[in-house]
Amino acid sequence: MLAAGRWGPADRASNPGAKLIESLLPASAAGIIELLSPADGGWGKTLLVGLVHSLEIAVGATIVGLLIGTWGAYGKLYGGPVVRDLFAVYTTVVRAVPELVLILLLYYAGTDLINQVLTAMGYQRVDISGLVAGIAVLGFVQGAYSTEVIRGAILAIPQGQIEAARAYGMSPGLLLRRITLPAMLPFAIPGLANLWLIATKDTALLAVVGFSELTLATRQAAGVTKAYLVFFLAAGVLYLCVTLVSNFLLGRAEKWARRGMPSIKEAS
Amino acid sequence: MSAVGAAAIPSREAQDGAAEAIHVENLHKKFGQLHVLKGVSLSARDGEVIAIIGGSGSGKSTLLRCINCLENPTSGIIRVNGEEIKLKADSHGHTVPADRRQIERIRSKLGMVFQNFNLWSHMTLIENVIEVPVHVLGVKRDEAVAQAEKLLARVGLAEKRDVYPAYLSGGQQQRAAIARALAINPRVMLFDEPTSALDPELVGEVLKVIGDLAREGRTMVLVTHEMKFAREVATHVVYLYNGLVEEEGPPEQIFGAPKSERLKQFIRNIG
Repeated sequence: MLAAGRWGPADRASNPGAKLIESLLPASAAGIIELLSPADGGWGKTLLVGLVHSLEIAVGATIVGLLIGTWGAYGKLYGGPVVRDLFAVYTTVVRAVPELVLILLLYYAGTDLINQVLTAMGYQRVDISGLVAGIAVLGFVQGAYSTEVIRGAILAIPQGQIEAARAYGMSPGLLLRRITLPAMLPFAIPGLANLWLIATKDTALLAVVGFSELTLATRQAAGVTKAYLVFFLAAGVLYLCVTLVSNFLLGRAEKWARRGMPSIKEAS
Repeated sequence: MSAVGAAAIPSREAQDGAAEAIHVENLHKKFGQLHVLKGVSLSARDGEVIAIIGGSGSGKSTLLRCINCLENPTSGIIRVNGEEIKLKADSHGHTVPADRRQIERIRSKLGMVFQNFNLWSHMTLIENVIEVPVHVLGVKRDEAVAQAEKLLARVGLAEKRDVYPAYLSGGQQQRAAIARALAINPRVMLFDEPTSALDPELVGEVLKVIGDLAREGRTMVLVTHEMKFAREVATHVVYLYNGLVEEEGPPEQIFGAPKSERLKQFIRNIG
């Protein structure tokens, strides 16, 4: 039987379990708050700036990916043989190679190529910012996956609706904007939502090229303070919050996109 | 132009000077090896109701869909409002419209009604009806809405204006599709088997709307299986058999005193 009094704070150091926790968490609760504080002296600001960078890249890459994906889907569905083959090579290669490899390849080789072209043309070398490079690289990867998601969604539109738009004299651009895109959205949103969530986490891969997004910022904070568990848990919570907010917004978006469709439950 | 049309179809009595809204001459359509239309001519003057009848696979829907180039004809002449649709051969040897803007302009004067309604599912009825006037024809939104409300009231769907198509019966959807076609103030209405996808008890309400349009003198080309209806509303009936016009004439003649053996048999089988 253990006496209640034995578990006082004075005895904490002598208890092996508490020792283990302390080795993992060298700070007290107050210390944790101080470590994570966004004010001077805490690392909260570093983490939040990292989060903002991550979100910037994820948003940028998703927008780039959606643009590529829309063109890609159109090219694959309606393009001539050359266009179709080009997009087939693009989606196959990008989806075949690990993203980490692509990021290293496109980041180092890409910036090197741009600078070689620039110097060959007699211009100064430029420093390509990590943000722009990150958006370009991840956007390129996202575009390949988006192409397939959007292509599938366009195929799911009842073709009569496209035909009706053509029969009433809509130009291809108007048809895309007014009919095809809104009509494919209910079929595309679940897949695109996946891609968005993957994009938010793929930003962590940019840590390998030294871009200070959330994961790299966390590693720096943890490395300096040795409070690894605190900071990586905090980063995990931040990623989780991004997902929860995304889920909420995407749920609303899906409901809106499906406004013309009776719910499956009602129909059965 | 109307003189050409009259010459192409000499049996027509309708030489009363009404302008020719649609003129089709020697139309051929092949799907690969399948020769669906083998030289069909057709003419619709203002105020006429042309009913195209024929068995399954006779090419009647294809003929209608060639008029606004939803199917590109393999060869032949199509004139809408006296304007000939310019066609050219693409790199694969298929005939395609030569001028996209011309075909879009012509299509925006033809109100097409489909077998499967084809309303845009992400738009309410009122949005469906104003879509083409606002975005293709450049009508002001509030004008288009006022017009669309009248049209929906006319087909008996005034209180359904903010409902999405999926929540309506087939008959209601088809009546809304007719309102959508009327909203562009079409020179000609094209009906592609408008009642074939409907439950039998919903056919009547749609035929009533189409019949009213015919009686007010709208120019229409109607592909239908409803022989009784065709006899009632059509001014001219065309019987297609195997990609050719087998017999045509006023409805009394086609249904009352058919000459061709195939037409006689067709009417016997349908009746």
